Amino acid sequence: MVEILQVLGLGIVATVLIVILKVQRPEIAVQISIVAGIMVFLIVLGKLSVVIEFLNSYTRKVNIDASNISLLLKIIGIAYIVEFGAEVCRDAGESAIASKIELAGKVVIMVMAVPIITSMLDLIVRIMP
Amino acid sequence: MGIDLIFRIAAIGILVSVLNALLNKSGREEQAMMTTLAGLIVVLLLIVKEIVNLFNVIKAMFQF
Repeated sequence: MVEILQVLGLGIVATVLIVILKVQRPEIAVQISIVAGIMVFLIVLGKLSVVIEFLNSYTRKVNIDASNISLLLKIIGIAYIVEFGAEVCRDAGESAIASKIELAGKVVIMVMAVPIITSMLDLIVRIMP
Repeated sequence: MGIDLIFRIAAIGILVSVLNALLNKSGREEQAMMTTLAGLIVVLLLIVKEIVNLFNVIKAMFQF
């Protein structure tokens, strides 16, 4: 519960500083927002790793293919980092580059999801008469 | 370390703004430009470390 207060304080302080600097130095305002985003992620990271560890242990217990869960985690990571980069670009007013980053993220996620799709299609083909 | 870095970057930004205003007032536009550039590069060097840190953490956590 302490983490949410930390995130809140960090976000408010960063926002105030960005508003002060935005008129005169927009480039430094963008950099402050990048650092604030990274710090918030690093704060919530401890909590998230517990959940991922739980997920992994559960996977081992019920005997699901571990590569699928690892693929899922990779896709979540890519989605997060693409969102982060695209939002930074969009904040700086470059929505064209943000769209391109999102497009690249979608393509990478689709390429990574190919094994899951093929295994699902194999299953469908097998159970069809 | 989190809020420290934000304060440091904001301080650099305010300092650069003040220097920029001073140099512009005294008629040294090109040195004002150089100050802006130097401030930008210093802040970039500060945040590159954090970005690398973020990427490493994400790689470790999501099992890339």
